Amino acid sequence: MELAIGIILGLCALGAGMAMIAGIGPGIGEGNAVASACEAIGRQPECRGAVTTTMLMGCAVAETTGLYAFVIAFLLLFVAPGRFVNILVDTMSSLG
Amino acid sequence: MKSKERSFRIVDALLLILTLLPFLCGILLYVLFEPSSEGIEITGARIYFTINMPLQNLPITESQVNSWLVIVAVFFLCLYLTHGLSAEHPTRRQHFVELAIEKSENLVLENMGEYFKDFAPFVASIMLLSVCSSLLTLIGLYPPTSDLNVVGGWALLVFILITYYKFKCGPVHYLKSFGEPVAFLAPLNVISEVATPVSMAFRHYGNVLSGTVISVIVAAGLQGLTKLVFGNLPGFIGKFPFLQIGIPAVLSVYFDLFSGCLQAFIFAMLTMLYIATGFPEDDYKEKLKKKNAKLKLQESTN
Repeated sequence: MELAIGIILGLCALGAGMAMIAGIGPGIGEGNAVASACEAIGRQPECRGAVTTTMLMGCAVAETTGLYAFVIAFLLLFVAPGRFVNILVDTMSSLG
Repeated sequence: MKSKERSFRIVDALLLILTLLPFLCGILLYVLFEPSSEGIEITGARIYFTINMPLQNLPITESQVNSWLVIVAVFFLCLYLTHGLSAEHPTRRQHFVELAIEKSENLVLENMGEYFKDFAPFVASIMLLSVCSSLLTLIGLYPPTSDLNVVGGWALLVFILITYYKFKCGPVHYLKSFGEPVAFLAPLNVISEVATPVSMAFRHYGNVLSGTVISVIVAAGLQGLTKLVFGNLPGFIGKFPFLQIGIPAVLSVYFDLFSGCLQAFIFAMLTMLYIATGFPEDDYKEKLKKKNAKLKLQESTN
């Protein structure tokens, strides 16, 4: 029983860590967006305001996939272990 | 004249007090209901009390209470800012309000076009609500925007608006819009339609919540580090939180101030863009033209 609970907790933590690998995507995407924005401002400094606003918008949209991963990692860390342990205890007691 | 000025000032002060009172109430509620606990932990919104309902019990949570407090505070703030408007003797306050309203109207006009220019109050109120909710962390209250239910409600409202404006050309046109550009892509279009409110809600909620989580983790780590480094010192110095001074505040500037304001702006911006791009303006104008022509024809035959 203790072993099973230990495995559940360990795998939940591992899954959370693996879910956050998705953070690579938004990192690359936002880096590209900001690099392009810097280039654009360097070329045309007068449209700095519009470029910055558009860049922030694009960054926010690119961030979404990373946030999905974060939500899943959060659920795996704080919600899933309790649920899984409850299920385990229920099945064990029903089995006798 | 002088007595009038006096009553004006009293009302002014009253409105200002009523603006600040909800925050005070929130802090008081928080202190009264807080089970004093040692250490730092991450929990969801606490439940103040539950109302018994026939189908399911309705829990009144911290996020609900706090969002209502924000609504009340914003309401009285608007009353305070618009109190004593005059065309002859505009005060500093009035100039500020006029600037804000002009800015929001320009923003809406720029992003949504001429047809939607009446959307400025809606967009501005969503932005103000979101900013005030996110900035509640600065006074130590639970921010309602880090609860998925609150932000999900806003996203649902925006989704209803988007669908309403897509329906303007009739249900047939709405259903046809799913079959574009090719008919067999319809399932994907349905998915992307549903993904709009979901992604909006998750974006706002995830950003605010991730800021909170990272702040808490850093604070807990600093607590442990302080204990490790200075814990062996004798007496009072051993318990003093050296490393926890100042460092979490730097994170708070980014995660609470910058991120909170940015997310509010982005939520309002996406609201505008989704509504404006979802609305088939050309088709609607054509339809109106046809309708008017038909009406004229009927009138001439009569």
